[in-house]
Amino acid sequence: MSAAEPVPTIGLEVHMHLKTRTKMFCGCKVEYDVRPNSNVCPVCLGMPGVLPVMNGKALELAVRMALALGCTLPGLAKWDRKHYYYPDLPKNYQISEYDQPLGVKGCLDIETSQGPRRIGIIRVHLEEDAGKLMHAEGGGNYSVVDLNRTGTPLLEIVSEPDVHGAEEARVYAETLRQLAVYLGVGDCNMQLGQMRCEPNISLCIGADAQGKPRYTPISEIKNLNSFRSVERAVTFEIARHREEYEADPAGYTLEKQGKSTRGWRDDEGVSFLQRSKEEAHDYRYFPEPDLVPFVPDRQWVEEIRRTIPDLPEIRRRRLINDAGLSEYDAGVLTADRLIADYHEALAEYVRDAKMAANWMMQDVMQILNERKIAISEFPLTPQAFGDLVNLVASAVINRNTAREVVLPRMLATGKSAGEIVKEEGLAQTSDESAIEAIVDQVLATNAKIAEDYKGGKKAAFGRLMGESMKASSGKANPQVVKAILARKLGG
Amino acid sequence: MALSSKEVLKVGTLSRIRLTPEEVEKFSSQLSAILDYVDKLRELDTAGVEPLAHALPIHNVLRPDEPRPGLAPEQALGGAPQSDGDFFRVPRILNEEAGA
Repeated sequence: MSAAEPVPTIGLEVHMHLKTRTKMFCGCKVEYDVRPNSNVCPVCLGMPGVLPVMNGKALELAVRMALALGCTLPGLAKWDRKHYYYPDLPKNYQISEYDQPLGVKGCLDIETSQGPRRIGIIRVHLEEDAGKLMHAEGGGNYSVVDLNRTGTPLLEIVSEPDVHGAEEARVYAETLRQLAVYLGVGDCNMQLGQMRCEPNISLCIGADAQGKPRYTPISEIKNLNSFRSVERAVTFEIARHREEYEADPAGYTLEKQGKSTRGWRDDEGVSFLQRSKEEAHDYRYFPEPDLVPFVPDRQWVEEIRRTIPDLPEIRRRRLINDAGLSEYDAGVLTADRLIADYHEALAEYVRDAKMAANWMMQDVMQILNERKIAISEFPLTPQAFGDLVNLVASAVINRNTAREVVLPRMLATGKSAGEIVKEEGLAQTSDESAIEAIVDQVLATNAKIAEDYKGGKKAAFGRLMGESMKASSGKANPQVVKAILARKLGG
Repeated sequence: MALSSKEVLKVGTLSRIRLTPEEVEKFSSQLSAILDYVDKLRELDTAGVEPLAHALPIHNVLRPDEPRPGLAPEQALGGAPQSDGDFFRVPRILNEEAGA
């Protein structure tokens, strides 16, 4: 036995629904929260004599995701039948890709609190989802099945066992979701069951006499449906493995106990055994005779590759390194693809990514939060909003007037920033003699405050600034006010 | 290629078919005969032959992502042995295992 600290060794299987209108092998709609068994047909009900035909869009989205993960597309991918009996699977087999998957050997870069990590991807493959099984309400001794979900295009992404902790597992899943949403591959709403995570957890417990690493028995946690539960379940399992291993270092090994499948009770925060090695399934895979293989056309693949936008991580780094944004601001502005697109368009229009970011963070995001709307519902185009930003940058109006007066009127009336400034006579003045007169007036009526400032009370300056701006109805150029005030008080 | 009764029982379990001892006996000889027949293929030299993914020499048969009408719930449930409102009704499943 080795005295070394056990190292958690975790691989994740992630399933996500692809963003298609119809199912994988038939024209039934993919919809959520509709009448049970209303989106079904003989194909997805598994009736005899039907012929499944592959959804071209699902294939395109799967290729898109595989390419974004840096996967290689082998020359041929084929379909197989995976057999098991369960009431949510009317055919008694699931159509999947077994030994010749769509994509292989990719990776995903993630950013954890411990720094960047690269997680290898073993494979990406297509399959079909099963239906939904529910227990009857009122404790009846039966279950009910809704087959609307049966046949929904599902992408399975299997990582290498490169994940070494609970936080990493969560961040990996979150990053994968972000990528899929960014690419338009899937919506990945976990509450709707559009994304599910299954971590495979084991601890590396040193090496045997031949130097081969030894592991605790692998446990797979099924169907975790929130990022929080991924992190909690992995934390729980790591501790459980540690305890079991310490109690029985000779017996609690992968060699002796193999792999087990466990469920997760989120309310109690515990995992429980579902299936041990002895009950492991024999899926009797064989090639699906009803579906022909997929042979990627080079040109088609390259066309898909060209439409892949800059990924969030690349955009984030660019904002930090090239535009000088803080980690936090860059993170907020790239987390959502449409917000990132808006910021990019605004930055291009006003020719200053950092200034655009300030307006995004302080004004746009605040309005989105207050109105509880998405950026797609924000009424101003980046150009219309950019006109306002430019008016401030060129000192036609000051920041405060822009924010408190012009922006709300733009949102309310749909008029341009320029029109509003003109109509309301809001253009600020940089006329020194006019401003000097205002400042003199303010100093005269606030002699006490001016004395305080001269006596060393620095905060008094701000009050005099405020009074001067107010006296000018917000129209004085603050830079000019500041210069004149400083000159007068300093003298 | 003789199939043991243990192997036949396993196939039965995987297929959810309960077999009597007589059936195990009968099927092991029948299944063995089928396997022997298929085993003839081994006589061919396939060293230089690519494994075939499909019997048809075609690939990439795709369907546009356009909805087509399916069955109404009443039709879908029409042939089910048991239903409950808009749902298929099945024996209670205790094991929380899910597919996919």
